Amino acid sequence: MTQTLIFGLTGAALIALGFYGFVSHRHLLRQIVAFNLIGSGLFLLFGALARRAPDGTSDPVPQAMIITGIVVSFAATALAEAIAERLHDRTGRPSLPDLDPDDDD
Amino acid sequence: MTLGDAFDILLCLLILTAAAGVIGGRDLFGSVALFIVYGLLLTIAWVRLGAVDVALAEGAIGAGLTGVLLLGAAAKMDDGAGQRPSFRPGALLLCAGVAGGLGWAVVSLAQPAAGLIPLVRENLPVAGADNPVTAVLLNFRGWDTLMEAAVLLIALVGVWALSPEDSWGGRSGLTQRVRVDGVLGTFGRFLPPIGFVVGVYLVWVGTSAPGGAFQGGTVVAAVWLLAIMAGVVEPPPVASIRLRLLLMAGPAVFLATGIWGFAAGAFMAFDPAYAKPLILAVELVLALSIAATLALLVIGRPRRPQ
Repeated sequence: MTQTLIFGLTGAALIALGFYGFVSHRHLLRQIVAFNLIGSGLFLLFGALARRAPDGTSDPVPQAMIITGIVVSFAATALAEAIAERLHDRTGRPSLPDLDPDDDD
Repeated sequence: MTLGDAFDILLCLLILTAAAGVIGGRDLFGSVALFIVYGLLLTIAWVRLGAVDVALAEGAIGAGLTGVLLLGAAAKMDDGAGQRPSFRPGALLLCAGVAGGLGWAVVSLAQPAAGLIPLVRENLPVAGADNPVTAVLLNFRGWDTLMEAAVLLIALVGVWALSPEDSWGGRSGLTQRVRVDGVLGTFGRFLPPIGFVVGVYLVWVGTSAPGGAFQGGTVVAAVWLLAIMAGVVEPPPVASIRLRLLLMAGPAVFLATGIWGFAAGAFMAFDPAYAKPLILAVELVLALSIAATLALLVIGRPRRPQ
């Protein structure tokens, strides 16, 4: 149970850290990296909860879903990166324009 | 507290420090490099959690391929100015709330629970794979894996669709200029044959040991990327019919075996007598398609006219 606690709490902290990085950065690549932190934190939390069997083995169903999740989040990252790069090619900006000019910080 | 617990706590502190550096670091390139370190630390965490299949996927895809993709993007989009995260008290408070809520859920759920382990164990003899994770991926929850293969293809179509009209159908990536006798040139010729064998081996043992189509496919993708970056081979033009057939082969074979499952009673139901050869066939073809799709996702949209 100790492992579930240690890695589960780390996963929770990683999700929160990723969320904060996502809202506090404007550079699109930094936001994509933060999005990946949220994802890996979720996987770690899920994987920690999969290790609760009394005999200490890891539940294979969450493991399979996490592997699927890792691959899908890579596909999403690649697509997001391609869109960000295209935006950068066309506008020369690495971030989205502000909707409200007063909100720029 | 045992020595193992102490190791886990130290590992988690390292992971959190790396993650904080990824978010808080000023330099874009440094942040991406630290993200790769973070991914490798997570790989160790997965081994500690007894999930070696996940560790392989995280190391190969989460740290490896994502790292290459982001490093390439950082080189193109870095304006050299550096970015500090802005201080947002409201967001900080909300994120602390998210961490607190999730942490509370973890603490309240930290009781022994068998989960789906007994169910998987009970059905493993008829699944056609001795590795429970592969049995879940290719048989029990084959739906998920079929959709995942489809998601990869759709993402690649999305990336290609971003190409400007004049380079549509052309080759992805830029022309590589590499010294033939340099380190990259030498490794580009030396490593791909070895990596290819490792990748096929990972697919082959996947039915009985950690490994499988995604982990093996990623290794093959990695050595193909290395050969492309070293200028040994050219990426194929995206209009190539042979390339498109290769990309579609895996999902198509998987779908066909799923439809054949109607003979055993339902869509994606494998007759136990044929389950093992079917899973192996699907895995081998799927691994090749996945390798090509992953590598092309990393190289990105077409840049050179056909």
